[in-house]
Amino acid sequence: MSLTPADISRIAKLARLELAPAEHEQMLDKINAFFSIVEQIKGVNTDGVEPMAHPVDAMQGSGPMALRLRPDLASEPNDREANQHSAPAVERGLFLVPKVIE
Amino acid sequence: MRDLHHLSVAELAALLRTKQVSAVEVATRFLARLGGNPHNAFLDINSEVTLEQARASDAKLAAGTAGPLEGVPIAHKDVFVTKDFVTTAGSKILTGYRSPFDATVVRKLREAGMVSLGKLNCDEFAMGSSNENSAFGAVSNPWETSHVPGGSSGGSAAAVAARLTPAATGTDTGGSIRQPAAFCGITGIKPTYGRASRYGMVAYASSLDQAGPMARSAEDCALLLSAMCGPDVDRDSTSMDVATDDFSRDLLRPLARAGKDGGALKIGVPRGWLSELRDDVSAQFNDQLQRGSPLVDMKIMSGVQELMRQGAELIDIDLPNTALAIPVYYIVACAEASSNLSRFDGVKFGHRAAQYGDLLDMYQKTRSEGFGDEVKRRIMTGAYVLSHGYYDAYYLQAQKIRRMIADDFQRAFAQCDVIAGPVAPTTAWKLGEKADDPVANYLADIFTLPASLAGLPCMSVPVGLGEGNMPVGMQLIGNYLDEARLLNVAHQFQMAHPECHTAQPENLP
Repeated sequence: MSLTPADISRIAKLARLELAPAEHEQMLDKINAFFSIVEQIKGVNTDGVEPMAHPVDAMQGSGPMALRLRPDLASEPNDREANQHSAPAVERGLFLVPKVIE
Repeated sequence: MRDLHHLSVAELAALLRTKQVSAVEVATRFLARLGGNPHNAFLDINSEVTLEQARASDAKLAAGTAGPLEGVPIAHKDVFVTKDFVTTAGSKILTGYRSPFDATVVRKLREAGMVSLGKLNCDEFAMGSSNENSAFGAVSNPWETSHVPGGSSGGSAAAVAARLTPAATGTDTGGSIRQPAAFCGITGIKPTYGRASRYGMVAYASSLDQAGPMARSAEDCALLLSAMCGPDVDRDSTSMDVATDDFSRDLLRPLARAGKDGGALKIGVPRGWLSELRDDVSAQFNDQLQRGSPLVDMKIMSGVQELMRQGAELIDIDLPNTALAIPVYYIVACAEASSNLSRFDGVKFGHRAAQYGDLLDMYQKTRSEGFGDEVKRRIMTGAYVLSHGYYDAYYLQAQKIRRMIADDFQRAFAQCDVIAGPVAPTTAWKLGEKADDPVANYLADIFTLPASLAGLPCMSVPVGLGEGNMPVGMQLIGNYLDEARLLNVAHQFQMAHPECHTAQPENLP
């Protein structure tokens, strides 16, 4: 199976990337080269195998190794100025973006 | 006294503790070596910050409140965020970024007393095996400057090998500590997934990313790993709630009683990891994988033989799904990367395009300008395998095979204590040689990917020189939480063959 130029355009849009025509062509070639080594996984019999999303899963997820959630409480100090220090556009403590509502 | 830059972490810590040298003297000596940025290993250096940390360390040494590694220099891979140095993760999209906080690993090493020399070059977002994907230029291998240092922690490996720092942090998602350590002739360990906090590590593939130390010996790695690890349960939901170990505790144990049962260490060598599997792989992949190098195999075999000479027992084991680790890893890692890297949108931090129309256009232009080619390819691949209609065939199937690979290891560890094999099929290749062929880079990761997918601890130990007089690394893989045994085995090897880990590139300044 090979990806088509239309697939590349569709994924680029999903990934919020804009590809110049030359870049588009290169992307198609290289992603198809990658999928040529991926095809072999389709033939593997995985009947009855549970998908493994995470190594903790393989460590018999119990006790210290169990995945967990922490209580939903604020734990970080309010440090707006430091957190916005590297933002490209900030005004009065707010992040600026192009107008989204007319 | 030998030149300070030739001393190990352990030796420097002892000299500092006994006040034979001050932290400021040590820092000054190393800063002087960084002039002109040899090998393009560093991305940020700030001597004022370094000297301020060194002065604080000297005050602690004087007051008797010093940490175990007080005053010893270290440098951090640029994927660890730092308050006092710029953090870019090797990407243009983070040019000039200053984090409001330090990564947990950075904080813990400072608390142990280490003085930071700066930030180290790496492949963009740790995606690469040669360091050629850095937006800030490739790093050269100190052994032969026309060759790659490996990746993605290429700056870390080159800096340690060139004696620019006695120690460095690295991160390993699919081999990014082990492979550059092997290519540059140094020692590096990736602990069990969850041992070291990922808080403040710029995320690439969250179910695989793990931090670890890179230094010149197993003894040094044990000291560094003990300081880096430990629970961070409020800040990293995958941090294990297990107290850090004293990873130096078993270094001196003879291999004749280093087994889990107190008897001889049992070393498993996966059937085919030395040469024969490579024939299979080549056939399967239409000869895309370049044939493994015979000298690499020979060096690994002589490493295993040394362990046997010391009383270890050799066991044949099977890891039948090794070759599948390549597609499985690149599917899983790209899927996670496409999700993680969506945060780079030109709003909260980093680069924003100068010219754009609406919000969508701003996202697209910002990301297209800011990301390099390999990062774009991985984001695209990830978005594709997660997209409607392809999820089951690729992503879900890859996760199932990931389980099979992890199960293979558990069957192997029922028979043996430690697995040994090569880190990489060849020694370091020439800069540019595979730069335009990402698949060739992926295939060369074959021996590091399986342990990454399973989340197992694993390390690279230098075992001499191979083709082109370039270093060869032997990989040791242990079962979950068994880092101390890996370091034990590595240290016993290094005690018997110090010429392997103390060898250094010729013509070092």
